[in-house]
This record gives sequence, C-alpha cells and structure tokens, in this order.
Amino acid sequence: MPEDARENAHEDAVVIPIGTGGRPGRGTGRTRPSSAARNLAPAARKSPAGSSAKPAKAPAAKKAGAKAAPPRATPVAEVTPEQAALPVEEAEAPREATRTSDRGPGIPVGDWLSAAQGAAREVFGDDWERRLAELMAFVRRRIEGDYEVDDYGFDRELTERFFMAALRPIAEKWFRIEVRGLDNIPAEGGALVVSNHSGTVPLDGLMTMLTVHDHAHRFLRPLGADLVFKLPVVSSLARKGGATLACIEDAERMLSGGDLVGVWPEGFKGIGKPFSERYKLQRFGRGGFVSAALRTGVPIIPLSVVGAEEIYPLVGNMPSLARLLGVPYIPITPFFPWLGPLGMVPLPSKWILEFGEPIRTDSYDPAEADDPMLVFNVTDQVRETIQHTLFALLRDRDGVFG
Amino acid sequence: MGRVVLVTGISRDIGRRFARAAAGDPSIERVIGVDVVPPRGDIGDVSFVRADIRNPVIAKVLAKEDVDTVVHMSVIATPGSAGGRGTMKELNVIGSMQLLAACQKSSTVERLVVKSTTTVYGSSPRDPAMFSEDMGPKRLPSSGYAKDVYEIEGYVRGFARRRPDVRVTMIRAANVIGPLVSSPLTNYFRLPVVPRVLGFDPRLQFLHEDDLLRVLRHAVTSGTPGTFNVAGDGVLTLSQAVRRLGKPSVAMPRFAVSRLGAAMRQARVSDFSPEQLGFLTYGRGVDTTRMRSQLEFEPRFTTAEAFADFCRELVPGELEGAGRA
Repeated sequence: MPEDARENAHEDAVVIPIGTGGRPGRGTGRTRPSSAARNLAPAARKSPAGSSAKPAKAPAAKKAGAKAAPPRATPVAEVTPEQAALPVEEAEAPREATRTSDRGPGIPVGDWLSAAQGAAREVFGDDWERRLAELMAFVRRRIEGDYEVDDYGFDRELTERFFMAALRPIAEKWFRIEVRGLDNIPAEGGALVVSNHSGTVPLDGLMTMLTVHDHAHRFLRPLGADLVFKLPVVSSLARKGGATLACIEDAERMLSGGDLVGVWPEGFKGIGKPFSERYKLQRFGRGGFVSAALRTGVPIIPLSVVGAEEIYPLVGNMPSLARLLGVPYIPITPFFPWLGPLGMVPLPSKWILEFGEPIRTDSYDPAEADDPMLVFNVTDQVRETIQHTLFALLRDRDGVFG
Repeated sequence: MGRVVLVTGISRDIGRRFARAAAGDPSIERVIGVDVVPPRGDIGDVSFVRADIRNPVIAKVLAKEDVDTVVHMSVIATPGSAGGRGTMKELNVIGSMQLLAACQKSSTVERLVVKSTTTVYGSSPRDPAMFSEDMGPKRLPSSGYAKDVYEIEGYVRGFARRRPDVRVTMIRAANVIGPLVSSPLTNYFRLPVVPRVLGFDPRLQFLHEDDLLRVLRHAVTSGTPGTFNVAGDGVLTLSQAVRRLGKPSVAMPRFAVSRLGAAMRQARVSDFSPEQLGFLTYGRGVDTTRMRSQLEFEPRFTTAEAFADFCRELVPGELEGAGRA
C-alpha cells in the first residue's frame, strides 16, 4: 500500500497541488509533501492508528531512558512514509470545516493505556511488567545508595546494567568483535589475561572486559596506570567498573582472591605508538605481572587483539601541549582534531580477539618470583606468543574493515 | 591481681568513655586518667590525675601508681580544639615523646597501647587498593595530623626497639564514626549540603566507636604486640554514603572544595584540613587480615552498619528505608 500511495501522490501532486495552482515554489511533485502541506492535513492527526503511535512513544522514551534507543527507532521509521503520503491523498476529498469543539475531548483514556502497554512491550519484551519493576527497583536502589561495592570500589550492578549495556552495541555493531579461544579462560579461579595494547584511546581494554563478561561470564578486573586514578571522572568510573591500580600489591591481592585480572603491560608505549608501528609489540614493562602470577601460581592467558590499531590512526603528537596538561601524549589522527568531535568517532575496523593457550605458572615455586632471569624468560615467552598470534591473525583477516 | 592502667587524653569524650569501660572490666584493677584539663562527663571509678604529659611529671605518676599498662589516646586530630597548630603539634609530638621517655625509665610498665590512625597511610592516586600494616604512605605527609601521627609512630617503634620487654600494640583505627563521635569527618557529614570533589568517588572505611573502645580494651587485656589496622568490613563510596544519609551533595572542582574548606574553618563550621581533602578525593582502604589472625579481634559493625548507626542518630525517623545497611 505505501508504494501505491506514493505513486498516486506522485501523479496527483502535479494535477492537484495543495492550494497553489502550480505557482512557482509550490507543488513540485516530490513524494514528500512540503511542510505547508503537512500542516494542512487534518486527517493525519485524527486517524487513530497514526495518532496513537506518536504520543505513545514519547512517554515510553522517557521511562526507558538510554536503554530504549535501539528498539524504538524502527517503528517510528515505518510510520513515516504512510504519514507522508496521507495528506496528499486526503487533499482530494472536499474538506469540511472542522472546529476544535467538534473533535471531542481528545484521545480516550483506554487508548492511552493500551498505547502505553504496547510501548512497554515494545521496549521490554513480553514480560515487560517484571522488567519494568526491576528497572524501577534498580533506580530506587541507586538513589538510596542501597548497593554494594567491593574492596576495590567495583560496583557490579552498575557495571552490568549500565557500562556493559552501553558498550555492547559498540562491540557488536561497530567493531563486530569476533572471539576465538574462549575455552582458554578458566571458568573459575584466579588467572591473568595479558594483552597487547593499541588504539590511541584504551578502548581495547573496555572491549576486552565486555567480551569476557558476555562470552566467558566472568568479570575481567583491569589493572590501570596511575594516570587513570589521577584524572577526575575517569578515576571514579574506573573503580566502579572494576579496575584497580597496576601495582604488585593489588595484582597479587586480586589474583589470590580468585579474580580474572587483565593487564596491558605495554601501557602508554603501546596505545600511543604511531600508526606506522602498528602491531609491533613494545617493551613489556618490567615484568611485574609475571612475578605476580608466579607468586600466586595462576595461569597467564595471552590475548591478541587485532583491529584496535586502526580505530584512531595516530599520525602525530603534540608533545609540548601534552607535557603542559600532564598526559603522555595528545594524538593527531587524520580526523582529530581537524573535525572536532566528529574526529573522535573511531573508525569501524573489524576486531578479532584471540585468547591463547594458558601459560601455567604453578609448576614454579612462589619464591622463584624473585629470580629476575625466570621472570624475564616468562615475560618474553608471553610477548612472543602474542606477537606471533598477531601476525597470524593479520594474515588471516580479510582487510581492515572486512 | 589485676592490671593498673593509665589512660592519657581522658578529657576528650572517647578517652573518657574508654577509661570508664576499662574500669568496669574485671581483669583491670584500677584505671588512672591523665589530662591537662578535667574530663567533662562522668568518669565513674576512674581516678583522675591532673598532669601534663609534656613534662616529666608523668614519670612520677607512673612510678607512684605502679602502672603496668599505658594507653596513649591523647593524639588530637584538629588544631581547633587545642588552640592552634603549634599547640596541637606540641601536645601530640612532644607529649608522646615525654610519655615514651617516662615509660622507658619505668620499671613497672609492661604494656603500651597506642591509638594511631589509618591517616598515616595518606591518600594519593598511587595508593594500592588496600594498605597492609607493613606498607608506608606513598608520599610522606608534609603537615598536620598525618605528619604528627607518622612521627609519633616512629618514636613508638624506637621505644619498642629500646624496651623489647614491653609489649607495644599500635592500633591503626580507620575513621571512627558513631552517634556520639565528633570528628572532622562526622562534622563533614553533618553539614546540611555535603560538598564533594567533582569527578572523584573515594572509598571510605569506618570503624564504629564501640568497636574502637572494644579493640583498645582487647589490646590492653590480651597484650598482643604489633601494629594492626582496625576497620569495619567492606567499603562505602562517598557518593553511596551521602545517598544513604539522604542529604543533598554538591560536586565542585577540587580547588573550590579546598577554598570552601578554608572558609568553613575560619567560620568554625567544620575543620576541613588538607589531608582530609586528599582523603575525600582519593579515599583509602586498609587490609584487616592481621587484625583477625594475630590480634584475634572481630569488629561488631561492618563499615556499612557503622555508617547506618551514624545515620540513624543524625536524622531520627527520617531515614527508615535508606539508613539500613
């Protein structure tokens, strides 16, 4: 039917343009009526199908907040062509003069209720009543402070309901993350995930956290540089998301507590390296992560991330401004800062995360963590594994955006 | 034969209450309270001796009363109550040195319990999530209460080295909170609108006032030597605490909070010291494993419960739902 309507509209628009008689600037015969034509159409507002769709969406949008965005978008888009076609059709019929008093008291309450229910079902699915109650309870708990944080400040509920939900569309739709080697993540007990670091902005860390949560159903507890905990906003978000400072005390405490800990030993050298050096691993810190794993006897899981290097190709740096602001670098990419906020949108590269075979450390004596030679050897082993996997993945992938 | 306990800093509320509680303990024979000004409340069976720990008279008190246990509680946190930073430092540091000197000379003293604080660990973005007893502050405190406590702890360690026969227990208590406590932190939470540092949400740990009294008594009677962190289990973030309190809070940039703190200090509304600003920016957590394994002490209140108790007293009736832990 929309096709027919559009065809009709196209033909008739030439013959009977609304109220113009074909004077210049009016009735151009476009499918979409002009704004004047849309204002003139009374029937569009009266018809029950068209009318209940619009006001019903509005309260639902308010209630659902950020979560509602994806499901809401489609129905509204579907309505548009119909509505656009309507006014031109109606224009053919001789119009009666309608006064506001003739229209009645407005939309009946029953319509409002069914529309609200329909919208709730649209947003929350069929068990919407329970889901809505859950959401309200969550909001109440947040307002009253009635939630738990662990010793590191990790707010599990906020992370699951908010951070993860916000990151999930980016991971699935934008970067289309592909995960390999999930079996290598132990289902329980302490383990240390060691990953390469890239991408100018540590998005790879966030994506790894989300991937581990969604696929391995565990929380990855990242270890962050001290700059993270110095910056306002970032520091409080990091702690709530489960991060803690990358120091030997915290690493050992988390690992011996049975947590899955993530570490990016390249640090700023890794994420801040120029685009020309992509996929070349930098020095792996001082191997502190290895001695933490040796001392606690947990396995080291090498993780290779391909795709993060291309999200913000770093072609330049502003060292003097960076020094002034006390940050390690200020990136210049082909789009930033030239395009302003638009330049902050990451390029939609295709990501592959491969978790490698765990490197076991429980065969060593915890005292051997003090043997620098052993620590260096294990560090090199981890580094080589990641580097080789990266090269293999690069050969394997079908182009950057594939 | 029971112990003879000398308590310093008895004019302050927490010292007086500890002395009273200790006097009621069957294993303690006598409690002697020492301070420069008489205590304000009822001290029960405690005998009060007016003496200044900053001069050698204290040695005579120790000898005359046959004191075998000394509880040092007179380290004060704010210059306001002492009448200026200079006096505060003198009271804290010189007072402690004199007391330790007297203890060293004494032939009767067998135990020394010092009430210290987790403030010695400082607060900085480079702190580990949890401090254990053998870690030090990441940055040495440059002024104020934290510096005093850091120095006093140094003298106490020196004393422990010189008198290995005396059992020295150092209690590093987390921020003490409770309905009756008046400290910079409780005064901060009593403000009508709580200022916060924009973009930071520090982790806080509390110790209930009853637990502080209990742990000190436990240290006196058990005589376990060592340094122990004492805090309620778990942490609260500042935003969470303010929400549980049901008070409005306003987030301001750090320099603005510091300005406001200085203004409030001048107006004598609240004592907002630089180290407190650091604490309210970066927070602090301490590890209490040793408190359980060696000191064998178990606090009755968790951090959240201690805070809930404080909330109840602060706004009676108003926080039916939010105050519970």
